[in-house]
Amino acid sequence: MAVHSERVQAPSPDAGQAVVAGSGTSAAGGGSKGAAPKRTRPAGGPGAGARFAPYLLLLPAVLATIGLLGWPLVKTVLLSFQNLNRRQLVMHLTEWTGFDNYKEQLTDPDFWAVTGRTVVFTLVNVVLIMVGGTLVGLLLNHLGKKMRLVLSIGLLMAWAMPVVAATTVYTWLFDQQWGVVNWFLDQLGWHSMADYNWLSSQYSTFFVVILLIVWQSIPFVAFNMYAGLTTIPKELYEAARMDGAGAGKIFSLVIFPNLKPFFLATTFLEVIWVFKSFTQVYAINGGGPENLTRTLPVHAFLEGSSGQHYGIGSAIAVLTILMLGALMAYYFRIMIKQEDEL
Amino acid sequence: MRRSLFGRTWPNVIAVVLFVFFIFPVYWMVATSFKQDRDIISKTPVFLPLDGTLDHFTTAVDAPNFWTYVLNSVTVTVGAVLLSLAIATLASFAIARMKFRGRKTFVLIIMVAQMAPWEVMTIAVYMISRDNDMLNSLLPLTLFYMMMVLPFTIWTLRGFIAAVPKELEESAMVDGCTRTQAFVKVIFPLLAPGLMSTSLFGFITAWNEFPLVLILNKEEGKTLPLWLSSFKTAFGNDWGATMAASTMFAIPVLILFIFLQRKAVGGLTDGAVKG
Repeated sequence: MAVHSERVQAPSPDAGQAVVAGSGTSAAGGGSKGAAPKRTRPAGGPGAGARFAPYLLLLPAVLATIGLLGWPLVKTVLLSFQNLNRRQLVMHLTEWTGFDNYKEQLTDPDFWAVTGRTVVFTLVNVVLIMVGGTLVGLLLNHLGKKMRLVLSIGLLMAWAMPVVAATTVYTWLFDQQWGVVNWFLDQLGWHSMADYNWLSSQYSTFFVVILLIVWQSIPFVAFNMYAGLTTIPKELYEAARMDGAGAGKIFSLVIFPNLKPFFLATTFLEVIWVFKSFTQVYAINGGGPENLTRTLPVHAFLEGSSGQHYGIGSAIAVLTILMLGALMAYYFRIMIKQEDEL
Repeated sequence: MRRSLFGRTWPNVIAVVLFVFFIFPVYWMVATSFKQDRDIISKTPVFLPLDGTLDHFTTAVDAPNFWTYVLNSVTVTVGAVLLSLAIATLASFAIARMKFRGRKTFVLIIMVAQMAPWEVMTIAVYMISRDNDMLNSLLPLTLFYMMMVLPFTIWTLRGFIAAVPKELEESAMVDGCTRTQAFVKVIFPLLAPGLMSTSLFGFITAWNEFPLVLILNKEEGKTLPLWLSSFKTAFGNDWGATMAASTMFAIPVLILFIFLQRKAVGGLTDGAVKG
């Protein structure tokens, strides 16, 4: 079971780690590239050098994580308790306001509207990505060698496309006057779309943003799905078919149970990724029209940085991080339960 | 039991439709960048730019500060990737080969750090950079990009190091190498493909990063993604030039991805499976 979830390329705890942890002999000696203190021959027992070697090796990584990740996190929390606007910023004033920023946000209908919107936005995206990715993965598994290569190239291109370049291209595809999408819809007979301004309304903007995210995310799920499918023994399909199972039955009885860890892990990763996506939403329409496509990360940025209410922006950021934290805690609980060894 | 012609054809038909769906935006970007203006601003789109032009690329390259932004992007990306490789090699060797207290905790922190919500931490990073007088500088960008790719780098390198048989290292040590020498002479050369593919993904992350540079740097401190996102506004509706700029920005990534994808994805999964 564990093997399938390993196909997910983002970190996931894996089994077999115990083997890696190494025996006593490999832990002895220790040290690498100048990080280890002077030590005796490696053949010797675990001396002081050996005991400290792993910590010395980890030291740069730990320091970097504390300074470059831990500190910004703490700083976000500290800022969220401050009244920090343009004036305080310019004059370098620190005004603590306790929970005021939070009180303001939590009683602000706008904040709840943005939160609700972010949740729905995430759900729609993730459902489309998972269903689409699974179907494309199944198709990849079903295709002959040549067609599989062709489709893989298409998927790879969409996957590799830099996000900012992709958003730029999508604004061009959906351009009101000269965009190829409007032309195409017009050709199909939907003439009212010939001059449609996609960025003029909430739903049509979201349509473009979601299409962009789904288009870029399906390849990851599809490739992993396909990789997972190749690990299912052929006999299982044959046995199911012998018992008269149709395509639906085969999926629910053979594929899904075998790839359940993959589905769980990937769904959660996608939820987390979509929930905190910023570039696509921001770069397509800047949270407009009339702020109706703001999601939480965009809201935090626009209030905090553009609106120069840094304290309030940080409070929104902290609330977003808390929501993400809850999602991640759940994700790691599943992952850890799933694997016996970290 | 032979399937009908229909049954054999439809997967291929769907595959072709999907291929077009996925590749079209990329194709359209490249195609538009080579088109004459009259073919871009035309009521019926031109799908094959047969009488192509390079004018749009000239416009994009001649845009103010273009080469500064290229240099910024390259500096920041290469710096971040090299730094994270150096730090990650040390750390991943420890977690792949050594047994020590706190190992699990460290691994867990790495996995959580991989999902750090950088998108909403930008305000804090802005304040930190400002307090240190480093707005519009490349140093904070390099450091924070390094941190963004570090967890992933440690995690994948750990897999690659674990995949090198321990016996190789041990026999080198029996032959009189110190552990450090064994690492440098035996493991390190075997790690080359792993380092390559890991740095590829680090490169792509850092090259594409947008939210942080958006808040930190302006004017001459911009990197290419930020420049590209403002290109449209700066050049009005010059879609040819905008697409040329997008193409120039995206092509290195697309090429890297295609050339190294097989090895990279294969290596990643191998590395992960062998744990």
